[in-house]
Amino acid sequence: MSTPLDPATVDDLRDVIRWAVAGNGDFEIAAGGTKRDFGRPVTAAYQLDLGKISGIGLYEPTELVLSAKAATPLSVIEEALMDEGQRLEFEPPDWSALLGTSPERATLGGVIACNLAGPRRIKAGAARDHVLGFEAVSGRGEVFKAGGRVVKNVTGFDLSKLMAGSFGTLAVMADITVKVMPMPETTATLTIVGLDGPTAVQAMTAALGSPNDVSAAAHLPADVARHSVVAAADGDAVTALRLEGLAVSVQARQAELERSLAGFGELGRLGPEESDSLWREVRDATPFAVVPDEQIWRLSVAPRSGAEVATAIGAEIGGRYFLDWGGGLVWLAIAPRPDAAHNEIRRAVDAAGGHATLIRASTEIRAQVPVFHPESAALAQLSARVKDAFDPRRVLNRGRMRPDL
Amino acid sequence: MKMPVPDAGVLARRAEIAAELQRILPPDAMGRRVIVETTELAPYESDGLTAYRQPPMIVVLPETAAEVGCVLRFCRDAGVKVVPRGAGTSLSGGALPLADGVLVAMGRFNRILDIDLHNRCVVAQPGVTNLAITESVRGRGFYYAPDPSSQIACTIGGNVAENSGGVHCLKYGLTTNNVLGVEMVLMSGEIVRLGGKHLDAGGLDLLGVVTGSEGLLGVITEVTVRILTKQATAQALLIGFPTLESAGSCVAAIIGAGIIPGGMEMMDKPATQAAEDFVHAGYPADAAALLIVELDGPAPEVTALVERVGRLATEVGATSIRASRDEAERLRFWAGRKAAFPAVGRISPDYYCMDGTIPRHRLPLVLGRIAEMSGRYGLRVANVFHAGDGNLHPLILYDANAAGELDKAEAFGSEILKLCVEVGGVLTGEHGVGVEKRDLMGVMFNDEDLNQQQRLKCAFDPDGLLNPGKVYPILHRCAELGRVHVHRGQTRFPDLPRF
Repeated sequence: MSTPLDPATVDDLRDVIRWAVAGNGDFEIAAGGTKRDFGRPVTAAYQLDLGKISGIGLYEPTELVLSAKAATPLSVIEEALMDEGQRLEFEPPDWSALLGTSPERATLGGVIACNLAGPRRIKAGAARDHVLGFEAVSGRGEVFKAGGRVVKNVTGFDLSKLMAGSFGTLAVMADITVKVMPMPETTATLTIVGLDGPTAVQAMTAALGSPNDVSAAAHLPADVARHSVVAAADGDAVTALRLEGLAVSVQARQAELERSLAGFGELGRLGPEESDSLWREVRDATPFAVVPDEQIWRLSVAPRSGAEVATAIGAEIGGRYFLDWGGGLVWLAIAPRPDAAHNEIRRAVDAAGGHATLIRASTEIRAQVPVFHPESAALAQLSARVKDAFDPRRVLNRGRMRPDL
Repeated sequence: MKMPVPDAGVLARRAEIAAELQRILPPDAMGRRVIVETTELAPYESDGLTAYRQPPMIVVLPETAAEVGCVLRFCRDAGVKVVPRGAGTSLSGGALPLADGVLVAMGRFNRILDIDLHNRCVVAQPGVTNLAITESVRGRGFYYAPDPSSQIACTIGGNVAENSGGVHCLKYGLTTNNVLGVEMVLMSGEIVRLGGKHLDAGGLDLLGVVTGSEGLLGVITEVTVRILTKQATAQALLIGFPTLESAGSCVAAIIGAGIIPGGMEMMDKPATQAAEDFVHAGYPADAAALLIVELDGPAPEVTALVERVGRLATEVGATSIRASRDEAERLRFWAGRKAAFPAVGRISPDYYCMDGTIPRHRLPLVLGRIAEMSGRYGLRVANVFHAGDGNLHPLILYDANAAGELDKAEAFGSEILKLCVEVGGVLTGEHGVGVEKRDLMGVMFNDEDLNQQQRLKCAFDPDGLLNPGKVYPILHRCAELGRVHVHRGQTRFPDLPRF
């Protein structure tokens, strides 16, 4: 038997949300709880623990599809996929070290609700691009579903995209269907040592603009590369480009890339294991996990402007950065400040076009500083009306994204 | 097809409404921008789904987002319905006008605004054609991936509205996976920007729901798409099978081996024969099913995969395998597939194209049942299938001039789509719901599902004036949908201790 606040079925979940809708309180939604410190702090009456809504329901490797209950641990899913030589192509990150939580507990629902994706984002898309359908209970206490179990589907509004990245503020997902993809035969990484940020972006732009199908492109300046387990840098900056696929193909593309990037500097190669370690570090922002009191930001900008934005912010407020997504993702670590430097950072991002999210700061600061990028007035009002459409009584994760959502 | 009852009050004010729209959109060097003459309205009376026709009350031709904003705000205040239209190639009636509605034709939004190769994106106005985007970057080694077969005519704004697909979706995604940002005008006249040249949303992913919303949420006035680098080489395999089952097994074997082809298309015997008679692509005449598998990438990869796929095909009993020897032959292999619809048009006065998606492994069962239905309805059918992603296009052959045949074809089509849902698939893979599949939505979704979707529409368009009568079978008032049902007497949970 489950207690009221740890429902085991979708019907339990519906009942407890209806009970809240009737005026009995509101909920913070958690499954593994690894991302409770991501977003604004939620001050709800109760914590709704989804941990019992767990288990893989359907996995058909030749259909490239997997359905699982929302609180199924990612580790369980990844193990099942591994057995069939498949994976979640969006490379879900594990921010447990960054946020100081237990790595084993991250769930499918959590990674989808936060729409988290790793370095392969530039090639394979975000978590949202891999959600085919779901079943959920809205903040109205109604069970509803959207999407399906096939990739090509335009039947009705694509609510799967909206659920991804809504941080549990619209509905509580109970069951999620995702697209899975085959694992590549091999992986290799090409490195260029000693570039400054703007030159690294040029090199990454050249690589991503070539037909060599680069699946990840990152730049670690010297003060960040120092914390990497990958010895390629030897104390210097490292720019890394990942190639995946058939061995014959990876070899051909690597040779071609080396030819075209020779002018940029000293080139190196990482084998499959060292390559995996490096990309795990980039994915999980491990170099920033080592200094626990720094405030951490994640900036999404047009790739070409990544280094400029990072340099401009660094000149104004200091701090360290590294680039992923070919320059389009700037990870920023700054010495703690009461305002987390949000005005300076957002001014720089707005000038380039993009958005900045405060990933790590104390609870007090996350309650005061806008964690997610402020929207234009018309857009902010529209988002509030969307919240009303799903959760008019504000019983789900109130305040996670914005005080009024 | 039942459409919302025209509002007599609005129809009575037609001249007044037209006068106000003319004030917002005065004539310019290219002519009038508000169309009211019956003869000039006629070209707009239907889209690609020509079985349904309805001239609009008025057509307007704005050319800036601000003008679209003024038109929508005026229509909202005046209680006038609005239908947006791109090139009018929708196969589901998404752009079918309303007798008491203003049709906003986006044809004047026809400029590419920014080609940004460094950021690998193109910014275009919504009236630019899908193919024009690829053409604008082709010389630089890039292309825009989604390639619906109407790509020469259909517009990028319409592609966003419909979340259009094409033959390369399995590997490169649908429109939704390739759109980075839009500027759109809400029914209130407000202009909002979602996304841009960067990735992901800073707040709720509204771009994700706007894409594929069939013109029910807003009018798109600018689109930013990502462009991909062209693969170094591509080679196609033409594989004949003695049965549909063996072709289906081959598809499963290819995916099971971890190979994601750039394109994987299947045709049954009637479709193959029609295409072969039309374009002489060299298709095997005796095959019960034909598979075209395209592999793209660096030359050594393509060579290795062609060999592997060939081996897998042989193992499951392929009767013929040919690999394209050069680019001309590859294009010839595709020519038959690409001409499949017009080819079927040559052997039948009319045809009705369906668009369900099914889990791939249900193909033999579904095609078997379709053959049985074909006998029962007395109408021939040819099947074209995006085998890689399970998207089925049965073409039902009929004669609109023969009494009752259209009704029979529609009933046959409904039965096919219900079957798709029954086996775990969906009503529409890429053509949209529109008016065509509107009344079948209940087969796939229950009332709570549909109500929640419509509540989202209320957030964008609280008066229900934007493209009403499409997608959702029952129109509810937003006030009614918004009501919260409190389940009193809930005794299951006594007061719990709070944090």
